[in-house]
Amino acid sequence: MLMRLLSGDAPRSRVLALVLVAILVGLALAPWLFPGTRSLNVAAKVAVFVLLVASYDLLLGYTGIVSFAHTMFFGIGGYGVGIAMAKLGAGWGALGLGVALALALSALLALGIGLLSLRVKAIFFAMITLAVASFAQILASQLSAFTGGEDGLTFRLPEALQSRLAVYYLVLSVALVLFLVLLRVVNSPFGRVLLSIRENEFRSEAIGYRTVHYRTAANCIAALFATAAGALYALWLRYIGPDTTLSFTIMIDILLMVVIGGMGTMYGAVLGATLFVVAQNYLQDAMKLASDGLAGVPLLANLLHPDRWLLWLGVLFILCVYYFPAGIVGRLRK
Amino acid sequence: MKADWIPVALVPLVALAALPLVGSTPSWVTLTVAGLAMGMMIFIMASGLTLVFGLMDVMNFAHGVFITIGAYAAATVLRAMAPAMQAPSLAANLSAILPAILAAMALAGALGWFFERVLIRPVYGDHLRQILVTMGGLIVFEQLIHVVWGPEIIPLERPATLSGSVLLGDAALERYRLLAVLVGLAVFAAMWLLLNRTRLGLLIRAGVENAEMVESLGYRIRRLFVGVFVAGSALAGLGGVMWGTYQGSVNAQMGMQVLVVLFIVLIIGGLGSVVGCFVGALLVGLTTNYTGFLAPKLALGSNILLMVLVLLWRPRGLYPVGKA
Repeated sequence: MLMRLLSGDAPRSRVLALVLVAILVGLALAPWLFPGTRSLNVAAKVAVFVLLVASYDLLLGYTGIVSFAHTMFFGIGGYGVGIAMAKLGAGWGALGLGVALALALSALLALGIGLLSLRVKAIFFAMITLAVASFAQILASQLSAFTGGEDGLTFRLPEALQSRLAVYYLVLSVALVLFLVLLRVVNSPFGRVLLSIRENEFRSEAIGYRTVHYRTAANCIAALFATAAGALYALWLRYIGPDTTLSFTIMIDILLMVVIGGMGTMYGAVLGATLFVVAQNYLQDAMKLASDGLAGVPLLANLLHPDRWLLWLGVLFILCVYYFPAGIVGRLRK
Repeated sequence: MKADWIPVALVPLVALAALPLVGSTPSWVTLTVAGLAMGMMIFIMASGLTLVFGLMDVMNFAHGVFITIGAYAAATVLRAMAPAMQAPSLAANLSAILPAILAAMALAGALGWFFERVLIRPVYGDHLRQILVTMGGLIVFEQLIHVVWGPEIIPLERPATLSGSVLLGDAALERYRLLAVLVGLAVFAAMWLLLNRTRLGLLIRAGVENAEMVESLGYRIRRLFVGVFVAGSALAGLGGVMWGTYQGSVNAQMGMQVLVVLFIVLIIGGLGSVVGCFVGALLVGLTTNYTGFLAPKLALGSNILLMVLVLLWRPRGLYPVGKA
């Protein structure tokens, strides 16, 4: 039963299994284990980012495609919910319509970008997606009558979702189910073809797989899951704006999470997202202590300044790319 | 090989097409000079990126850091020499600007050397890891800039003799923009001469065509790689000084913000082509300024539209290079 749920892809390491169970239990019981608004916020963000990073792992880790447009799809999901709820009112119909339209738009865009640019080199795709993503950011801030511009939109949720706990469990359960679906996707025959494209594109083409079709399909699937994650995030925040979903900073965060957690493992997304979001919220406190302790030393105190936590994750990121391509999960499985 | 002049002709064509739309000739002249100046600065920043890609098949996503660090280095030098900057004499201004530019190019070049040596060398030929590692370098060095220079935006003022405008008929032309056009032309001419009229340039062009062949003929292509990478980074530093001065301030994200435009220029020009990069940069500069005047809401997106149009016409850019 459990193996079926995990699509036969067991953690294959006792420590990893324990950590995953701990994260799941922690998230499931978060309102009781870690009371307080801030920690519930952290827990919800972890759930959303696990899904978002896992969908990015499908692209980067399993298919070997670097896309910088993932935040665009994340944003489309968020704006779909946000615009529908703000303009049509706080009903389930509006929510459904917003999500459906966002999913359709994402699929269409991912298909278009894929067909236009997935035939060529990885670098070209990365550059094109970076340009497209920045265009999306411009659109969101320029079409202010529609998107609220830089200020974004705040909106109300349907009656049934008035309590924070209800929203939290909705977000968590949808994210968990979608994560399991992603695990199913990468362990299906389709997922094997993606892996073969990553390992040797020429050879998979020679065996008879139309690699462009498979890569485009992977691009679309990843986009759809990112859109879903964006919709969940907007639901949780009851707000949508460029900084929460579209900004390039978030794209860099996703990259850090997927590489540090472990590319091509799916479980890496869980570890990476948890570690990163917790570090984002709590590492700064620890660094503040260290920095205050070194207040007299000029450069060192700056290096440990709470705002410089990304520096250390960046160093970890580079070390991961060189020495631990499968990230933390790869280390734990050794 | 027959020279392909059609893309080059696009630049004056775009400028002429904009004349009836803009309406008044003086504003058209002002806009055209502004567009050319912007294009030249973009070219200076992008030229290293396209050369490095052409020669080594490396796309450096951290190129923006070289731009930023150049601007910061110049801001530091210029702050120390503030009196010379405000003096109304050109000689005094130059005595402040030249050391600033040298410092910017030296620091950016040294950083480029470090990047090539430490970060990129282990991942030659592996695009996925190249993108990831250079992104990592971008994150780390952007943070290090914060560590060294602090998080505040640093003002970068234009020297006294270069601010203000000259009048040409009714059109007001900013002095600084005219200077940018001159510097850009000089850099392009120098680069063109180096690539097409010297032995070194011959080797670089041969390396772009087929690196293994050059190596098998007994030339150390690795040294060429390092040299081009450092030179390209130094040019990015120079571009950073000019861009920072143009904007009037320096912040840690400026390189990354500009990088998107550089990528668009590279894609338009054809990855790896220097002439394509030059033409692409001018086209982007001109269209940005014209649309900024005609339809301000469209201005930021006009680059993307331009890129899509060019790719529909020539899917591999204006001047496709063998490898790309």
